[in-house]
Amino acid sequence: MLLELNNVNYVYNEGTVYEKHAVKNISLSIDENEFVAVIGHTGSGKSTLIQMFNGLIKPSSGTVCYRGENINEKDYNRRALCGKVGLVFQYPEHQLFEQTIIKDVCFGPKNQGLTEEEVLERAKWALCLVGIDEELFEDSPFDLSGGQKKRVALAGILAMKPEVLVLDEPAAGLDPGYKKQIFDAIKRIHEEEHISVVLISHSMEDVAEYAERVIVLNDGEKIFDDTAGNVFSHVEELEAMGLSVPWVSKFAAALSKEGLDIRRDIITVDECVEALKRLL
Amino acid sequence: MIRDITIGQYYQGSSIIHRLDARTKLIATFLYIVCIFLVKNYVGFVAPVLFLVMVIVLSKVPVKFIFKGLKPVIFIILLTMVFHVFFGSGEAIFSWGIIKITKAGIKRGIFLVLRIVLLMLGSSMMTFTTTPGQLTDGLEALFKPLTKLHVPVHEIALMMSIALRFIPVLLEETDKIMKAQQSRGADFETGNVLQRAKSMIPVFIPLIISAFRRAFDLAMAMEARCYNGGNGRTKMHPLRYKPVDFYAAVICVIFTAGTVFLRVYGKGLL
Amino acid sequence: MSFISIKNLVHDFAKRDEAGEKIGSFTALNDVSIDVARGEFIGIIGRNGSGKSTLAKHINALLYPTTGKVFVNDYDTSDINNTYLIRKDAGMVFQNPDNQIVATIVEEDVAFGLENIGVPSEDIISRVDEALRAVGMEKYREQSPNRLSGGQKQRICIAGAIAMEPACLILDEPTAMLDPSGREEVLKTVKRLNKEKNITVILVTHHMDEVIDADKIFVMNKGRLVLSGTPEEVFRKTDEIRNYGLALPYATEVSDRLKKLGYDIDICLTGEELINAISACRNVRGGI
Repeated sequence: MLLELNNVNYVYNEGTVYEKHAVKNISLSIDENEFVAVIGHTGSGKSTLIQMFNGLIKPSSGTVCYRGENINEKDYNRRALCGKVGLVFQYPEHQLFEQTIIKDVCFGPKNQGLTEEEVLERAKWALCLVGIDEELFEDSPFDLSGGQKKRVALAGILAMKPEVLVLDEPAAGLDPGYKKQIFDAIKRIHEEEHISVVLISHSMEDVAEYAERVIVLNDGEKIFDDTAGNVFSHVEELEAMGLSVPWVSKFAAALSKEGLDIRRDIITVDECVEALKRLL
Repeated sequence: MIRDITIGQYYQGSSIIHRLDARTKLIATFLYIVCIFLVKNYVGFVAPVLFLVMVIVLSKVPVKFIFKGLKPVIFIILLTMVFHVFFGSGEAIFSWGIIKITKAGIKRGIFLVLRIVLLMLGSSMMTFTTTPGQLTDGLEALFKPLTKLHVPVHEIALMMSIALRFIPVLLEETDKIMKAQQSRGADFETGNVLQRAKSMIPVFIPLIISAFRRAFDLAMAMEARCYNGGNGRTKMHPLRYKPVDFYAAVICVIFTAGTVFLRVYGKGLL
Repeated sequence: MSFISIKNLVHDFAKRDEAGEKIGSFTALNDVSIDVARGEFIGIIGRNGSGKSTLAKHINALLYPTTGKVFVNDYDTSDINNTYLIRKDAGMVFQNPDNQIVATIVEEDVAFGLENIGVPSEDIISRVDEALRAVGMEKYREQSPNRLSGGQKQRICIAGAIAMEPACLILDEPTAMLDPSGREEVLKTVKRLNKEKNITVILVTHHMDEVIDADKIFVMNKGRLVLSGTPEEVFRKTDEIRNYGLALPYATEVSDRLKKLGYDIDICLTGEELINAISACRNVRGGI
C-alpha cells in the first residue's frame, strides 16, 4: 500500500464563524500501479483532500500514512515526501518561474539534493516523457502555449520521480487536441513507468476514459469508491450531488428506457459503439 | 488565515454611520486621529473612548468583529508594551541587568497601547462602514482641488480602488504558488535571511507575471466597457451632503475644539 | 441588413525583439469574412490559437484591421470616432472573470460601464437593478465579488455588459475557467438573454456542445475561416472537424462511427435524434 488515509478530518478556521468541515472522516488507500479518479463538485473537499496526500495540509484528526509511516509525525521528512507524492496543481503559471524550460524542470530534482548530472538527466527524461521536443529545452517557459505549459509543469513534478502522481484538473481550459496530448502523456507515465495516478477532474468523460477506480466526494464525505463502471451506474445519486455521468452512460440509460436491450455499464464511446453494433 | 483579517474590510449595513457621506467620515477620522495625538494623559482618553463607543453603538457593527481587526497588530501592541515596561526610565521598582521596570515605564506603556488601540479602532470604524468605492469617491472629491495643480486625482483614486479589489485575489494566489513550489521541494522555512529571500524567487516571479497578466486583462476589459478616463463620468451613488452629515460634522468639530481647548488651557487636566 | 459585417479581415501581430524593434509579423487572421444578423446566436469555434479571440476583439473595436473592414451596426471600427459607439453596442465578456471585475462591490462593478458613458445616477440604479435581475444575481448586489463562485462572477460580468443595453454580446471563452455547473449557469443565462431580449450573441468557445443550438457556427483554423453554416451543416463534416483538432458532440461522434461501419444511420446532433435513428434502423431491418 502506498498511501493510506484513516478517518481523516479537516476543519478550516476551527472555532470561528467561518468554520467549515471540509473533509469528513475519510478513509481510503492508493495502491501501487493504480489509476484513480476523485470526483465531486466544487467545494466537495477534493482539493483539501489531495493536499493532505503530500503533507501540505495536516489533518485536524486521523492519520495519513505513506508506505506505512505516518507522514505527520514530528520527525518525518515531509520535504522528501513531496518527491514521492507528486502534486501537479491546476495552473502551470503558479509553478513556472525559470528562464528556460530545462532549468525550470530541474528545480524539483535539485531540491532533492541530487548531483548536477542526475538532475539534468531526470529533467530530460521527464520532458521527453511528456512529449516536449529537445529543441524547445532552452526556450522560455512563458512563451509556450497553454497545452505545452501544462506538460512542462507536469514534467517539473515527474522529474522528482514520484511514486504517486496527483493531478488537479490537468486538462481544464485546453482544447480537445491539447487535451489528448496531455492525457496521452499521463497514460504513458502510468503504463510505462508504472506510476500510480490520482486524477481530479470535472469531466466525467475523461474520468471514464482513463480511470480504473473512481472515488466520489460530496460535502466532504466519501460516497462511492468503486470501479468506474459501477460508480457511473448510479446516475440518479450522482446527479443529485450536482455531478453528471458520461454522455454515453446517460444515452444507454435513455435507450434502455425506450425498451432496447443495452448494457447499463457503458462509460466510453468505444463501448457504446460496440454495444450499438450488437443492437443494429 | 489570510481571510481572517478584518482590517480595511467593509461590514455590510445600513446604520446611520453607514449612511453618512464618505467625506464626512474621512474628515471625522482625520480629526479623531489628531485629537488622540493631542491627548497627553489617561484622563484625556475619556472623551475619545466615549466618542468611539458612541460610533460603534450607532454603526451596529458587532463588537466581536471590530476587535478581530486588532489581531494583526497585536504583535505591535505587545512590542510597545514590553519595550516601555522593561526599558523605561525613572525610578526602578525591579531591576535585573539592563532590564529595569519602572512605574513611569508601565504608565507610558499602557498609555501608548491605548493610543494605538484607539487609532486602529477609530480608523477601522471608517472602513467597516464605508465601501471601498465610496471611500475612494470621497478621497477623490476631497482632493479634487489638486487637479488644478495637475495631480491626477481621478487616476490615483481608481488605482486605489483596483488595488483594494485585487489584494485578496493576489494574497490567495501567493498561497497557491507557495504550495505549488513546496510540492517541488521548495523550502521557505529554514536557512538564514539571505537564503530565505532567495528561496522566495520561485514565488515572486510567477506572482509578478500573474499580476502583469491580470493588469493587462483588466485594462482590456475596462476599455471594452468604454472607460475613457475621468472626464464625463457619472456615479451610481454620487456623494450627497445631507443634513445628518452637517450634524455629524458639528459634533466632530465640537469634540475637536474641546480637546484642543483643554490641551491649551487645561494644562493640569490633560 | 447584417448587424455585424466583417469583410476580408486580416490581422497581423508585429513580432518584436527585446529592444522593441519589429522583426517580423504573425498573421492571426487571414481574409476572414462574416455576416451576422440582428438577434442571431453565433458560435465561433476553433482550437487555442486559431484566431477566434482576435476575431472577437475586432467586433468590440479593441483591435483594428490590418486590412479589410469590420462594421458593427454600420459603424466602421477603424474610425476612431466610432470606438465608443461600437463598444456601447457590442458588450464583451472575457475568459477570466477575476480579471474583468473592477469594483469591490457587485453593484458598483455592474455600474462601471454606465458611469463611463455618463448615464445619470437615477438611471444607473434602475439599469443595474434590471441587469442583475436578468442574470439572476440581484441577491448579491451589495456583496464583494471575492466570495462568489466562478459562474456567479461571470454572470456579474455579463450583467455589467448588458447594463449598457447593447444590441450584441460577445463572449470570449466565458466558460473555459468554470466547473460544469458554472458553465451551465453561464450558458443558460446567455441563451435566455438571446431569446428574451433579442440580444445578438457571439459565443467563442472550443466546446462543440455549447453551440449545438446556435443559429450559425463559424469554425476557425490557423487564422482562417474554414467552415460555416448551421450546426447541422457544420457537424456533418465530421472528418474535417476532427482534423482541425476539435471534438464532435457525443451523439455526432457515435452516429458518425456507426455510419462509417456501414449502418444506415445519419449524422445526429443530439441523443434523441440518435435514439430515433437507431429505432428506425432496427424497424427497417425488422420489417424485412
